[in-house]
Amino acid sequence: MNFKLLISIAKSLLTARLRQTMIAAIGVTFSITMFITLLSFMAGLNDMLDGLIVNRTPHIRLFNEIKPNEVQPVLISEEYKGDYNFIHSIKSESSRQDIYNSAAVMTALREDERVLGISPKINAQVFYNDGIVDITGVLNGIDAQAEKKLFHFGDYVTSGSALDIKNISNSIILGKALAEKLHANLGDMIQVITIKGDRFPLKLVGLYESGLRDFDKTQGFASINTTQKILGKANNYITDMQVKLKDITKAPAIAKEYAAKFDTQAEDIQTANSQFETGSFIRTLISYAVGITLLIVAGFGIYNILNMMIYEKMDTIAILKATGFAGRDVKTVFILIALSIGIAGGMLGLLLGFGLSSVIDQIPFKTAALPTIKTYPVQYNPKFYLIGAVFSIITTYLAGLFPARKASKIDPVIIIRGK
Amino acid sequence: MNTTILEARHINKYFHDPVTVKVLNDINFVINKEEFISVIGKSGCGKSTLLYILSTMDTDFEGELLIDNEMMGDKKEKELAKIRNKKIGFIFQFHYLLNEFTVLRNVMLPGLKLAEYSEKEVEERAMQKLTMLDIQHLAKKNAKQLSGGEKQRVAIARALINDPDIIMGDEPTGNLDKKNREIVFDIFKRLAYEYHQTLLIVTHDQELTGISSRTIEMEDGRIIRQ
Repeated sequence: MNFKLLISIAKSLLTARLRQTMIAAIGVTFSITMFITLLSFMAGLNDMLDGLIVNRTPHIRLFNEIKPNEVQPVLISEEYKGDYNFIHSIKSESSRQDIYNSAAVMTALREDERVLGISPKINAQVFYNDGIVDITGVLNGIDAQAEKKLFHFGDYVTSGSALDIKNISNSIILGKALAEKLHANLGDMIQVITIKGDRFPLKLVGLYESGLRDFDKTQGFASINTTQKILGKANNYITDMQVKLKDITKAPAIAKEYAAKFDTQAEDIQTANSQFETGSFIRTLISYAVGITLLIVAGFGIYNILNMMIYEKMDTIAILKATGFAGRDVKTVFILIALSIGIAGGMLGLLLGFGLSSVIDQIPFKTAALPTIKTYPVQYNPKFYLIGAVFSIITTYLAGLFPARKASKIDPVIIIRGK
Repeated sequence: MNTTILEARHINKYFHDPVTVKVLNDINFVINKEEFISVIGKSGCGKSTLLYILSTMDTDFEGELLIDNEMMGDKKEKELAKIRNKKIGFIFQFHYLLNEFTVLRNVMLPGLKLAEYSEKEVEERAMQKLTMLDIQHLAKKNAKQLSGGEKQRVAIARALINDPDIIMGDEPTGNLDKKNREIVFDIFKRLAYEYHQTLLIVTHDQELTGISSRTIEMEDGRIIRQ
């Protein structure tokens, strides 16, 4: 009953100065709108930049690195066991680059519940030849279908079709920059020369554009079978196993497990792109900092208006107190006023924020670097709306608390005798 | 029927700003039920200060104050607010009504705060009080639209809403013209002698002392005659 009365008093005070109330609410609305829009937009851009790397990078990459054997013969010898053995200038052996027992590894990975999918790959150094020019480059033997599904390979093939390397025998997709250097058009024959000197003609069926031009200058993609044929290897020759996990955050732990299990090198995405994750974190931090600053500024606005309101309502407060309202009742009234400004302004802000971010989502944004992006990216994350709502209520509550406490402490005698 | 409703014992009051001045000096008196007391004295003699102490709004004083035989000295702010709400009705010189509310709502507010009756009953009672003061036609008007005399009558209705033990007035007619002053005097007379309401009115107005049952005269912070 009593609380209902206080609510009705707060309502009357609010509606008596509707314009002032609305200005306060608009302050909150504006900052929440900006908060939501800014965060959605920043997160969208962040996702896009993340996508540049993450979409194309396996969560775990299994491979064999060329390096000296850790277990040298002298360490195995019974005779010198327990001694300190010093070996100078150990050389890397010309060990195989391919993954041992690749078929079994693939089966094991496919059966692992945590794995979303795998894509085997062959990495080979080759020369691309055009007339008298030899250009050093990399030939990637890939499973076009798996690559397309897991790493969005298809998105980056801007002319031709990604699956053509699988469907057309002896075919290749080249980086667009590389094709330009070779003066090659779709349908032309490209000469590929292996390190051993073997020469293979391949038909150009597509152009690849990653967004990183330097990267495109060296890349070529062919099917696994074609690559094995060019390199003169058996059909179990696989140098890399690319694993995509269901949960990216578990990559470091699982990578360690695989390294031990399959006796290969295993590199997780976090280690391979640590600088990238830092950048992503900092961008998020900046957008939150700006957003929260906006909310705090709005909080000060409410604080000012409530403070002003209390000076205006001194008489009202004095009469309420003289007729039997306690300091606490007065405080509740003013906190209710602050909260209703916060809630009304905040809700409107959430709606407008959603509207404004949808507008940004419609603005065309075309860039050669990102063939899949057509409009400015926006992330619609319920988390932002929740933070905005909670924060608008908290800031307005705090902004109302101090003026409300002041109002509760007003001495009615001073005001009543003051005139 | 002479039961005590309010008693002041040895009340002293000081103002400390800018220098310490004693404004009330050993005030002792008793108010019985159904008395109509006027307090007169020159400006600055401390009569308003005394009224605020008696009304429990000013707690910074020495001495003892008893309302309805209860000591006020050791009560908390919240309890004092409750006593003001239930036992004391106020009429001020300038501060009449809350402009954000209608007349009826203004009268109802202390009643709603007391919460002894339901909202509907409080409304009925408020209408009764307005009718009693012959201003029922103003009930739905906004407080801002009223004239000074009308406002003061509404303020009296508000003071009556919780059937207080005592009504206190701080120069209730000080800001009114002759005609309205007379109306307010009439109301006080009716309240005191028809409805047996206890009244304590601080005033400059010599005419009021004529209709009150007892007059307390103050000078320089002392009671010189009662």
